[in-house]
Amino acid sequence: MRLSRAHELWRRFLNMASLALTGICAIVVMAPVFVILAYLVVNGIRSLNIEFLTSLPKSPGETGGGMANAIVGSFYMVGLALMLSLPVGVGAGVYLAEFGRTRYAHVVRFMADVLNGVPSIVIGVSVWALLVVPMRSFSALAGGVALSFIMIPMIARTTEEMVRAVPNVLREASLGLGATYARTMWSVVLPAARGGIVTGVMLALARVFGEAAPLLFTALGNRFWNLYLDRPMANLPTQIYEYAKSPYEDWHRQAWAAALVLIIVVLVLNIIARVSTRERYRALR
Amino acid sequence: MTTVMFPRQEEAIAPPPPKISTRNLNVYYGDFHAIKDVSLDILPNHITALIGPSGCGKSTFLRCLNRMNDLIEGARVEGSVLLDGQDVNDPRTDVVALRRRVGMVFQRPNPFPMSIYDNVAYGPRIHGIRRRSVLNEIVERSLRQAALWDEVKDKLRQSALALSGGQQQRLCIARVLAVEPEVLLMDEPASALDPTATFRIEELMQELKSQYTIVIVTHNMQQAARVSQYTGFFFKGELYEFGETAKIFTNPEKRETENYIRGRFG
Amino acid sequence: MGRAADASAGVQVRRRGEGVTFWSDRLFRTVVVTCASVLGLLLLFFAYELWQSSTLSVRTFGWQFWVSREWDPVRERFGALPFIWGTLVTSIAALVIAVPLSLGTAIFIAEVAPRWLRQPVSFVVELLAAIPSVVYGLWGMFVMVPWLREHVQKPLVERFGHIPLFAGPAVGVSMMAAILVLAVMIIPYITAVSREVILAVPQAQREASYSLGATKWETIRRVVLRYARVGILGAVILGYGRAVGETMAVTMVIGNRPDMTLSLLQPGYTMASVIANEFTEATSPLYLSALTEIGLLLFAITLLINALARLLVWRVSRGEVRY
Repeated sequence: MRLSRAHELWRRFLNMASLALTGICAIVVMAPVFVILAYLVVNGIRSLNIEFLTSLPKSPGETGGGMANAIVGSFYMVGLALMLSLPVGVGAGVYLAEFGRTRYAHVVRFMADVLNGVPSIVIGVSVWALLVVPMRSFSALAGGVALSFIMIPMIARTTEEMVRAVPNVLREASLGLGATYARTMWSVVLPAARGGIVTGVMLALARVFGEAAPLLFTALGNRFWNLYLDRPMANLPTQIYEYAKSPYEDWHRQAWAAALVLIIVVLVLNIIARVSTRERYRALR
Repeated sequence: MTTVMFPRQEEAIAPPPPKISTRNLNVYYGDFHAIKDVSLDILPNHITALIGPSGCGKSTFLRCLNRMNDLIEGARVEGSVLLDGQDVNDPRTDVVALRRRVGMVFQRPNPFPMSIYDNVAYGPRIHGIRRRSVLNEIVERSLRQAALWDEVKDKLRQSALALSGGQQQRLCIARVLAVEPEVLLMDEPASALDPTATFRIEELMQELKSQYTIVIVTHNMQQAARVSQYTGFFFKGELYEFGETAKIFTNPEKRETENYIRGRFG
Repeated sequence: MGRAADASAGVQVRRRGEGVTFWSDRLFRTVVVTCASVLGLLLLFFAYELWQSSTLSVRTFGWQFWVSREWDPVRERFGALPFIWGTLVTSIAALVIAVPLSLGTAIFIAEVAPRWLRQPVSFVVELLAAIPSVVYGLWGMFVMVPWLREHVQKPLVERFGHIPLFAGPAVGVSMMAAILVLAVMIIPYITAVSREVILAVPQAQREASYSLGATKWETIRRVVLRYARVGILGAVILGYGRAVGETMAVTMVIGNRPDMTLSLLQPGYTMASVIANEFTEATSPLYLSALTEIGLLLFAITLLINALARLLVWRVSRGEVRY
C-alpha cells in the first residue's frame, strides 16, 4: 500500500492534538470545582464566627445573628431521614442482592434506578400533598420524609452491590455449620458488607444534606428554635436560598458562611464514604 | 499430517538476511522476569513456530515484535528487536508505522462490531484511502487471500459478529492483510477454533508464506510440526532450543525439549 | 462481575429453596420483599399524589394548559408553555456544552491520562457532583451572573444584538446563566457513566486496532467510542434527566420571568424553578393545582428519560449490545 507522506504526518498531528484536547477538556471540567471552593472559603471564612454558629437569625435588615437553628435543623431532619430510610433501603438492597434474579427483582431494581432520577422538587410536592396538606402545617416530619424518599433508592442500590460482593464461601461456611439462612445473613453477610453499606449511606447523607428543593414546602424554614416534629423547621439549604434572595448585605454574607458550613459537612461525609470503601475492599480481596 | 516442509535448496546455500532478529531480549512485568535473554533470527518468507508450555513467555515474546507490550501497564523491555536491521525499541521508531508493517492475529477472534466490509476496510481507511473503487478492490483481494471471499461476498454489509468463530478469525486475518504488512504475527490463532476451521487457517498460512514472514505461537505441537519450517522452544522465559522444525521434532538437543515434545509436561 | 453473578445464580436458587424451611428465614424473606416493594410503591405514590393535587387544574384548563402562554396568578389564568419552553432551551443547550466536555474528560481519564493521574482527576470531577445545588446557585448569583453581564453579555449585545439569540439588554440573570450552571452540574454524571462504559470496552478491540497501525486517537474514535456508543448515549440521556429536573441553582440565576424569548440573554423560567419559586406564595387552590400539574409533567418526563437511559446502560453492561 502506498502511503501518502502528508497523510501520515496529518494522522500523527491529529493524534497529538486530539489527545491534548481531551486533557484540556479535563482541565476545563475541573476548574469550576476549584473556583467555587475558593470563593466559598474566601467569602465564607469572613463571616464564619461563633455568633453565626450559636445564635438565632435577627430580624430582617438587622446586622448580626446566626444560623444555629438551621444547622441543628439540618442535622435533625437528615437524622430523621436516615432512621426512616436505612432499614427500608438496606432491606430492599438485601432483597435485590440475594433474590436478584427473579422477574420481580428486575422490576424493583429498575424502579430504584428510575427513582434516583426523580427531581427532588417533585418529591417535595408529593410529600407536601401527603403530609403538609392533611396536617395543615409545614413540619420537620414532612422534611425528613421527603429526604428519606431520596435516600431509599440510593441506599438500596449500594447495599445490593456490597452484599453481592460478599464472597459465597462466607455464606456457605455459615450455612454449612448449620446456621439458618436468616442467621447467616444477619451475623455473617451483613457485617461483611458493612463498610460498603456505610459508604452508600454516607454518600446518600451527603446528597440530602445539601438538598433545598424538597424542603422548600415541607419543612419550610423557621426563624426560631423548633424541635417538634409537627412544626416548620429551619435548615441550612433553604436558609441559604432565602438569604441569597434577600436584599440585605449582611444576609448575603451569612449565606456564604452557611454555604461554607454546608460544603464542609458534605465533603466530610464524602471523605468518610471513600475511606470506608477502601478498607472494605481491602478486607474483601 | 506429516507434510513437514523444508527450506528450499537455494536458500540453504545462500541464507537471506533475517527479517527480524532479537538480541538479548528481556521482558519484565513488574518484578516478574518474563523473557530472559532471548536472541533469535526469523527468516523472511518462512513460517516460524514458537512452542512451549503455557506461561513460558512465547506470547510475550511475540508481542515484543510489534511492541504490543507497550499497552500493558508495568511491562518493561530490554535488549533489541531488529526489523530489517532497525531497532524496533528505539525511541525514534514510529510505533504506528511499525505496527502497520508487523501485523498481528490474536488468540480469540476480535472483529470490530461493524460490517464485514468495514472491518477489512478499517486499516486502509485510517491510512488515508478514501476512493470507493480502491477500497472495494482491497477488501475483495484481502478476503480472497484469507479464503473467505466466497463465503461472505453476498453479505459484506452484515455484521461481522454474525460470522462463525472460524470465519471471524479468517476475517481478522483478512483485516490484517488489507494493510499489507510484511510480517504476520499469529498468537495461537486456532486455539479457539474447531478442527475444520483450524485446518482452513493452516492451509491459509501455507498460501501466505510466499509473501509474508509468519511467526506463529502455538501450544499445539502437531500444528507447529505441520505448518512451520523453523521452531523455537520456550521454557520458563528462555529460548531453550531453536532450529529447523524437522530437527527439533525428530532429534532435539535438549532434554526439556524432548520431554515437552513427548508430552511429558505442559 | 457479570460472570460472578451468573456463577452465584445457581447457589441463590438453591439457597432460596432451603431458606423457606425455617420460620425465621420465611420472616426474613417477607421483610426484605416488603422493603423492596416500598420502592415500587414510592413511584406509584408520587404519581398518585401529583395526579390528585392537579385534578382541579386539569379539569379547569384541560389541554389548554400545555399550549397557553399566559401565566397570570392575579386573574387565575394558567398556561405552562413558557416553562416548558424554558426547560427545553436550558436543558438542551446545557447538554450541547456538557456532552463534548464530559466525553473528552471521560476519554482522558479512561484512555489518555497516565495511571497515577486517573484517580485524582476522577475524584475532582466527582466533587462537582457533590456540591449542593443551592451552593451552585449562590455562587452563580453573586459571582457568575455579574461577571457574565459585564464581560460576556454586554459585548455580545453590542456586537450581535441584532441577532434574536443575543438580543439585549444585558441583565445578567438569564437563560445563558442557567445553561452554564446546568452544564457544570450535569458534567460529572455524564463523565462518570461514560468513563465506566469506555473502560468496559474489551482490550482486544483496542489491540486489534493498534495492530493495524492505528494511532491512539484513531483507536479511540473509531473503535472504542463506536463500541461504547450505546452506553454513552445512555449516559447523555441520564445527564439530560438531571438537567430537566435541576431546581435550586437554576431558580437562582435564570431570572424567573414567564416570557418566551429566543434571546439567551433574557430571563426565563423552567418547570422546576416555577414550582420552587411560587409554591409557597400560591394562595388559591387553583394556583397550587396548576403548579402541581407542572410537577406532574416534570415527573412524567424525567420518568421516561430515566427509564430510557437505564435500559440503554443496562443493555450495555449486560453485554447485549454489540452491533
